[in-house]
Amino acid sequence: MHSAPGVASGLPGPAAPPAGIDLSGLYQVFFEEAAENLASFEQRLLELDPAAPDDEALHAIFRSAHSVKGGAATFGFAEEAALTHAMETLLDRLRRHEQAVTEPIVDTLLHAGDMLRDMLAARQQGEEPPDGRELLAQFAAHAASDGAASAPAADAGAAQRELELLAGPLQPLSLADDLLELFREVSGVGTLERAEPLPGQPDDSVRLRLRTTATDGELLDLCSFHLARERIRIAPWPGTQAAHGGSAPPGASAIAASPATATSPTTAASRATTTSAARASSSAAASSPATASSPATASSPATASSSAPAASAASPPAPLSRAAAHRAGAGSETLRVSLEKVDQLINLMGELVITQAMLAQRAGRIAPQVREPLEAGLADLERTTRNLQESVMAIRMIPMGEVFQRFPRMLRDLAARLGKQVQLHTEGEATELDKGMIEKITDPLTHLVRNSVDHGFELPQQRVAAGKPAVGTLTLAARHEGGCIVIEVRDDGRGLDRERILTKARASGMALPEAMDDAEVWQLIFAPGFSTADAVTDVSGRGVGMDVVRRNILGLGGSVELQSRQGEGTCVRVRLPLTLAIMDGITVRVDGELYVLPLASVVESLQADPARLQPLPNGQRVVRMREEYLPVVPLARVLECAGEAVSGPPMLVLVQSEGRRVALEVGELVGQQQVVVKNLEANYRRVPGLAGATVMGDGSVALILDVAALVRGTAGAGSSPAAAGR
Amino acid sequence: MEMIQEGAHIARHEARRERAIPLAGEYLTWRIGAGEYGVAIEAVQEIRSYEAPTRVPRAPAGVLGVVNLRGVVVPIVDLRVCLGDAKPEYGERTVVIVLALQERVVGVVVDSVSEVLDLAADAIRPPPELAGGDAQEFVTGIATLQERMLMLVDMQRLLGPVLGTVAEAA
Repeated sequence: MHSAPGVASGLPGPAAPPAGIDLSGLYQVFFEEAAENLASFEQRLLELDPAAPDDEALHAIFRSAHSVKGGAATFGFAEEAALTHAMETLLDRLRRHEQAVTEPIVDTLLHAGDMLRDMLAARQQGEEPPDGRELLAQFAAHAASDGAASAPAADAGAAQRELELLAGPLQPLSLADDLLELFREVSGVGTLERAEPLPGQPDDSVRLRLRTTATDGELLDLCSFHLARERIRIAPWPGTQAAHGGSAPPGASAIAASPATATSPTTAASRATTTSAARASSSAAASSPATASSPATASSPATASSSAPAASAASPPAPLSRAAAHRAGAGSETLRVSLEKVDQLINLMGELVITQAMLAQRAGRIAPQVREPLEAGLADLERTTRNLQESVMAIRMIPMGEVFQRFPRMLRDLAARLGKQVQLHTEGEATELDKGMIEKITDPLTHLVRNSVDHGFELPQQRVAAGKPAVGTLTLAARHEGGCIVIEVRDDGRGLDRERILTKARASGMALPEAMDDAEVWQLIFAPGFSTADAVTDVSGRGVGMDVVRRNILGLGGSVELQSRQGEGTCVRVRLPLTLAIMDGITVRVDGELYVLPLASVVESLQADPARLQPLPNGQRVVRMREEYLPVVPLARVLECAGEAVSGPPMLVLVQSEGRRVALEVGELVGQQQVVVKNLEANYRRVPGLAGATVMGDGSVALILDVAALVRGTAGAGSSPAAAGR
Repeated sequence: MEMIQEGAHIARHEARRERAIPLAGEYLTWRIGAGEYGVAIEAVQEIRSYEAPTRVPRAPAGVLGVVNLRGVVVPIVDLRVCLGDAKPEYGERTVVIVLALQERVVGVVVDSVSEVLDLAADAIRPPPELAGGDAQEFVTGIATLQERMLMLVDMQRLLGPVLGTVAEAA
């Protein structure tokens, strides 16, 4: 009998919080904000050009580290506080141009960001945090090596200024002590001390004297850690020369200009912050201090550029998004809302859409003269419902830029590991996608990017030998098309090798028809276990990827296509419905039952002359449409309807999916309407061939057909081998 | 260690074979054909009159389709079919009992609903071992009141095989 294994030695947990204070709720906020700060930290670091570092970016990176440090220190997270302190010290030197930014420094900072994430994650799980000592040693090394200080003009002539700081109203008054301590802790900002209050100064404010070389903007940034900017007034100390207020005014426009161009989610963010901008600039105007207002507009960069449109663009409530909370930074006016509340709102919205449709339908059956007084109201109701619906759906919409922004880092690490040189190009970052979709599309996209880097891109010397630039370009693009969002992963690498794919497919026993066009050959890649990689790297090549990618995308109601040219590159195109919840549908009747087809998949409908339908030897039929023959899918049979076959000219609805088209044979077309998509799986189960259900105007349920499945189901009729894989 | 693991394994195995005897409490009773059945009231969400559901293709026998219950799509299972009646009738008194089970909401069609009874523990007995038939899988107790014999049903066991496992939440 073995003895029971010993209990693990006590794990170090966070230092005990001050007695009597329950910090658990605050922990959660800290972790969330720290995650945002670290994300911003990493992104700006990646965008930094060591040869010509952007000052505003350095300040922002410093602030991110500083914010995390503040919280970590408050909760007694010693390891995190020590690491962030080291980061902050180094960043402070960098932003003051006392030390030059170099690639190794950027690497160390990036690793520090990773380490912090791991440490915080360990805290949240109650596990032991990783050891940061080695990293701290690197910071010490950087501090010691003290690279030559580059001296761009901005700070070079910064003279020491004597300033008067009036801070108030202070709630509580002890914030003054916090400010003093802050200035003591942060090296290089200057010396701050209490001063005699002025006559008539309000009791809840404090007057301070400051000797510093920092700009007004920097001072306000720092103070905003404890106190809102509007509550601080900076003026030259009476009796001294009124030195230029640092570079704040020109700095304001510089600050406003650069992030607007640097990161494109600003457009979404600036749109989203119009309400906050309006409020920020009006509150700044309301508070008298003149100096407070200009740094206030300088602070939230998006605000400065959008304050003009904010004034004019009155009406539609701007959608709040995580991008806005992210970009606006300290002092922003966004609201954290739990997803549950948003989903509840969306559900209720769905109910409203159904009820409004029901009313419209019943009103249609009332005699015109009775209906007439109701007409205007009903029309208003319909319009308002539609507007409300768009606004509500927009709440969950997030710009693709947020998905794209995780790739620069991944690409950098991956390319370095594989010895390849790849640059990332993004298009359409402002294209928005429902939050639920974003979460599910990220993994497939990640896999596609890894595939490109691993298999698509050649080594630099191979590229040069082929007459291409040594640095490959990976493009992530997003755009709206029809009722869908299209996301592309394009590379200018070696492209797909048709022969290799065919060889591999035959070798694994697939039965392939004689003539396959390129599109059909590329689809072979999606077969489970398929991979033409010679070696399985830990990145990809195990062959478990592409079929999972496709399955995930299909699960979202989307489709994926491949295009490629040997030697030139590959493009993977993912098509997704704009939202899962509400969709435009075409209603059809099949043997007396109502079914709904997504409008986005419908190409056209027609009543066909029976002579255009030709039977194939296997009993299936095709219809001649202009230049091609399309398989005819008899829905009554596929859906196992009990009724008799309908005579007369067949009613066909042409649909397309994954680059292929088929003709669905229905009984009759009923109409087109917006439907709320309901989940069949919640209480029943997933039914192949059905994409969901919806509630019609009369309260009955109609089933939504899965067009992709219907199209794939006909694969056997044509020459496509997709069916063979099953 | 091995003995403890083995013991746990056996205990689990036994637990699966044992059906939990229904507890005392309130039961909703209904009729199907000549039989009277009951289900613990906690599982009952509401009772509705029968309306023809939307047929779902390739559904197992007994699953009539789905209906809209205040915006939620709910499957309708005809218990009479599950209990062997191949051609049930749908009349004015045909009723749907909507059950809120652990993992799903489902409506079951019965001939009529009787009443809510408060059953004492000593009125409930384990069901007799019947020769063959699926009934013993989901009838977990028999309650006797005067002349009436109520078959107490474990809905999870009854509907599980019919409806299949609910897909994992996305």
